[in-house]
Amino acid sequence: MHRNHFFRTLFIIWLASLAPAAWAESTMVAVASDFTKPMTEIAAEFEKATGHTAKLSFGSSGKAFAQIQSGAPFDVYLSASEKYPLELEKSGFAVAGSHFVFAIGKLVLWSKIENYVDAQGQILAKGGFKHLAIADPSHAPYGVVAVEVLKNLGLLDKLQPLFVQGENISQTFQFVSTGNAELGFIALAQIIDIKTGKIGSGSGWLVPDNLHHPFEQMAVLLKTGDKNPAAHALLDFLKSPPALAIIEKYGFGLPAHK
Amino acid sequence: MLTTADLDTLLLTFQVASIATVLMLLFGTPLAWWLARTHSTWKGIINAVVALPLVLPPTVLGFYLLVLMGPAGVVGQFTQWLGIGTLPFTFAGLVVASVLYSLPFVVQPLQTAFAAIGEQPLEAAATLRASPWDTFFSVVVPLAKPGFMTATILGFAHTVGEFGVVLMVGGNIPDKTRVVSVQIYNHVEALEYSEAHWLAGGLLVFSFSVLLVLYTALKSQPSAHPLK
Repeated sequence: MHRNHFFRTLFIIWLASLAPAAWAESTMVAVASDFTKPMTEIAAEFEKATGHTAKLSFGSSGKAFAQIQSGAPFDVYLSASEKYPLELEKSGFAVAGSHFVFAIGKLVLWSKIENYVDAQGQILAKGGFKHLAIADPSHAPYGVVAVEVLKNLGLLDKLQPLFVQGENISQTFQFVSTGNAELGFIALAQIIDIKTGKIGSGSGWLVPDNLHHPFEQMAVLLKTGDKNPAAHALLDFLKSPPALAIIEKYGFGLPAHK
Repeated sequence: MLTTADLDTLLLTFQVASIATVLMLLFGTPLAWWLARTHSTWKGIINAVVALPLVLPPTVLGFYLLVLMGPAGVVGQFTQWLGIGTLPFTFAGLVVASVLYSLPFVVQPLQTAFAAIGEQPLEAAATLRASPWDTFFSVVVPLAKPGFMTATILGFAHTVGEFGVVLMVGGNIPDKTRVVSVQIYNHVEALEYSEAHWLAGGLLVFSFSVLLVLYTALKSQPSAHPLK
């Protein structure tokens, strides 16, 4: 009698744990830091819509790239730059032809101080600040784009000595949000007020797209994820209207329709 | 091979580590002496605070330093009031962060060495009418010499090897705050693996040599094992 009860309970627990596992899978995703907020929301929607789970790992695009090449068990890679996914396809770590642009990054010159950065970004030419925070241009996509903007404005030589470099865009944001750097180039997604669609606090200049090359954020399916239905489902979900709405809400541009 | 940029980071690293080590010995010696001899209820708390960097992730320490030393932080407001501006992204800021981060590596060997001396030599010195200062420099310092050696070498070597804290408060500025560990990280992130190997290998050889010298020199003095 007692024993019967025990096995019945065990059976129920086994059934309960089996049921979702039979059709829901989980997938490991490496995500560039700038896409932290939208991806967290997209992953939640993805779970609701498909029953699959997406486990997210945030960091700099370059670090994820190096980790994937060393055999990190990621299924999907969302990069802030088109360079790394294409390289992974070439070297065989990603499924050939699986890459696609999922969002267009937006660069903002931002300060924590109200009315500090003017709407045309003329403060860059005027100066009067001690530090300009920027993501490390040697590997961080936002840093590369920021340097390109400064070059096009003819201000790179003048402002380079004032650079303080964050390892990735999250750290760069930290430098500016703690007030240690008066201003810095960060991602719009980091400071956008999702209710109004505008910069939420402090002051900022949304850098026009014509000052740099198209800032494409690229996704790719990795070899380890090819056999995982959840990985395929997630990439499909990224192109779906609910995901695109979230991407747009956080200030990213949408990929051009083909 | 090593580029001039690499050599600059090495030079800067040794400057930071040297200055930090001198400061740590200056502050750490009286602190370790007090900790070794006191029966105060504060002893436990101060011991725990000094040892915190051993346990905390460097990013936690770095983040708090960034906030505290920033323009809105307590330390930042104080340094601004003094007229020296804020410390993050400066050489001085790097030294301050290093001192806090490596302090347990200096205080703990000294504390162990001081405690091992015991009361007797001090009492003997007192009966010979030695002043407390005289006792300290003529009796305690020679007896605690292995402790000072361990403290100096570990403090220096640990500062050379620090990464997380300097990454957080340094801002990675060439010639000012870009130390060798950050430079290695940069090389790896930029996929310049062969450049990274040169520096990383050099650091590995350096660290091993330092520890080898330390443990060989201390072999004859079993009372003064580092980090015991």
